Amino acid sequence: MSKGILYDATLCIGCKLCEKGCAERNGLPYDDNVAAEQKQSEHKLTVVLTKNDKFMRRLCMNCEDPTCASVCPVGALQKTAAGPVTYDPSRCMGCRYCMLACPFSVPKYEWSKALPLVRKCDMCSDRVAAGKQTACAEACPTGATKFGDRDALLAEAKERLAKSPDQYIQHIYGVNEVGGTAVLLLSSVPFDDFGYKTDISTEALPLLTYRVLSHIPDLVTIGAVALGGIWWLTNRKNEVAAAEGRPESSKP
Amino acid sequence: MFKGKITFWRVVLAVVLLLAGYATVLRFARGLGASTNLSDAFPWGLWIGFDVMCGVMLAAGGFTLTAAVYIFNLKNFKPIVRPTVLTAFLGYLLVVVALLYDLGRGYRIWHPLVMWNPRSVMFEVAWCVTLYTTVLSLEFAAVIFERFHLEKLVRLQKMIVIPLVIAGVMLSTLHQSSLGSLYLIVPNKLHPFWYTPLLPVLFFLSAICVGLAMTIFESSMSAKHFGKQLEMHLMRRIGRTLLVVLGIYTVVRFQDLLQRGVLHLVSKGGYEVNLFLLEIFLCSVAPIALLMIPRVRESAGGLYLASVLCLLGFVTNRMNVAITGMEASAGQRYFPKWTEISVTLAIVGFGFLVFALAVRYLPIFGHQEESQPISQFEVARDGSPELLHVRP
Repeated sequence: MSKGILYDATLCIGCKLCEKGCAERNGLPYDDNVAAEQKQSEHKLTVVLTKNDKFMRRLCMNCEDPTCASVCPVGALQKTAAGPVTYDPSRCMGCRYCMLACPFSVPKYEWSKALPLVRKCDMCSDRVAAGKQTACAEACPTGATKFGDRDALLAEAKERLAKSPDQYIQHIYGVNEVGGTAVLLLSSVPFDDFGYKTDISTEALPLLTYRVLSHIPDLVTIGAVALGGIWWLTNRKNEVAAAEGRPESSKP
Repeated sequence: MFKGKITFWRVVLAVVLLLAGYATVLRFARGLGASTNLSDAFPWGLWIGFDVMCGVMLAAGGFTLTAAVYIFNLKNFKPIVRPTVLTAFLGYLLVVVALLYDLGRGYRIWHPLVMWNPRSVMFEVAWCVTLYTTVLSLEFAAVIFERFHLEKLVRLQKMIVIPLVIAGVMLSTLHQSSLGSLYLIVPNKLHPFWYTPLLPVLFFLSAICVGLAMTIFESSMSAKHFGKQLEMHLMRRIGRTLLVVLGIYTVVRFQDLLQRGVLHLVSKGGYEVNLFLLEIFLCSVAPIALLMIPRVRESAGGLYLASVLCLLGFVTNRMNVAITGMEASAGQRYFPKWTEISVTLAIVGFGFLVFALAVRYLPIFGHQEESQPISQFEVARDGSPELLHVRP
């Protein structure tokens, strides 16, 4: 059963304990200065955005069919059956195509290092594999961030929307976006306000390139045979001309 | 050329190389953050947009001309195959150099060859570029073998030349188009002027245009600087072909823009619109208009001008896809740092330098292997044997 995270912004009190838990799990420094930063970065893999009295988390959405994993030329990024999208630093050569391609612009780079790596939330894949919940969910005192089976979380999200329709925007972000994501979001204010694109494709993006890539075997076969054939024809024409004692035709 | 004189361009090259040397130290000692204007919001900049995307494109003459000569048997073009293959070979080697700067961990550049992900366009590009650079080195090996009189190897190379050329054309078709496919994955990030499902088709067609334009450009430059006779009858034919392919490209480009209904965005004006209009003018309007005029098409200066405009146009196109079109969604402008610019200029300068050295020490021009003295005959028939020195 694939795991997921349900974040309900209406339950969030902006305490940022999830940020702290995340930093600890990932071995990243965390203090008041880091807490004040309002964007994801290579040293802040999740952030609680604040706007007036509203909050919204940003973290890797751990897509069901992740764009980053499809574009990575060395397979450093992988979708695991358990749900997390993991990153293998020993494979990464630093082309940064994942950063360009990610529809949520999640992967961040260690720009200040001479030998940098990509950093992103991997939904605590080691903890999840060990049967524990993610660090952020464990740290959350109000239940705004909840870890569990994605299907169960989705059912619960629908229930919350139905139970208190006035309290929520009637949309579960992550159900259909780019083919669905492991992270599901609920909010009382438009998702756009916090930079979540709502005009995003509901189709998994890897299809866009796969459609083209899948033609390559045909293209190579047909192309090579056609070129070989043209060579044979033009060459043959000259051979015949030579045999008949005429000058070689050099016109096309 | 190499008389030890201090000329303007040599001073420029020296300054660029010095700056690039310092930039190189910065890049490898202090990382990409200190040495570039790249950021999380803008992860690909000049080194990808120009050095890689334009570098590969500008090297497209290699597959275009080898296909014409070896597959379509247009033997007249044989005298200009070697300089074109040299340009392509150098181009690809320099792309690899640029990648070593741009990749966060360049020493892992070989990883895609052993760690596969066939779903990735980048994986396919990595393989094609590796294989095609190998093909080019084998095509170019003929020159080295001949220079050192390795007759056996010369014969051996001739035996495999047709399969090599076919492989080269296929590999080029794949990765020239795939550089466009790289951007198919960002429908929400790339500006609608440039995001289209036809990106791979447009990239491929424009690579052919650039391959032809580059052949004219490089022959003209060689005529000017190495005192070689410009083969006007060949240049005219390439010019005519360029006109046709540019026409096809333009029809496809506009058909796509109209069908997606984005041309009305031009009326909004602004930054993207200006660069889009510049691109269209340089890629399509200006060179096509010039080449349509017989007097221009038949003259060395006219062909040179049209090819330079065309090259500038498609460089603008690639930079628009890689940089201009991505700025709005990134929410910020990107302009390369001096370090990025100096490394790029040094790579270009280095290319010119190695080309000049190769022309001096290797049998690049004037090798008459198999080619009949058709050229003189055709020049005479065409009228004037213009021993031309181009006025840029």
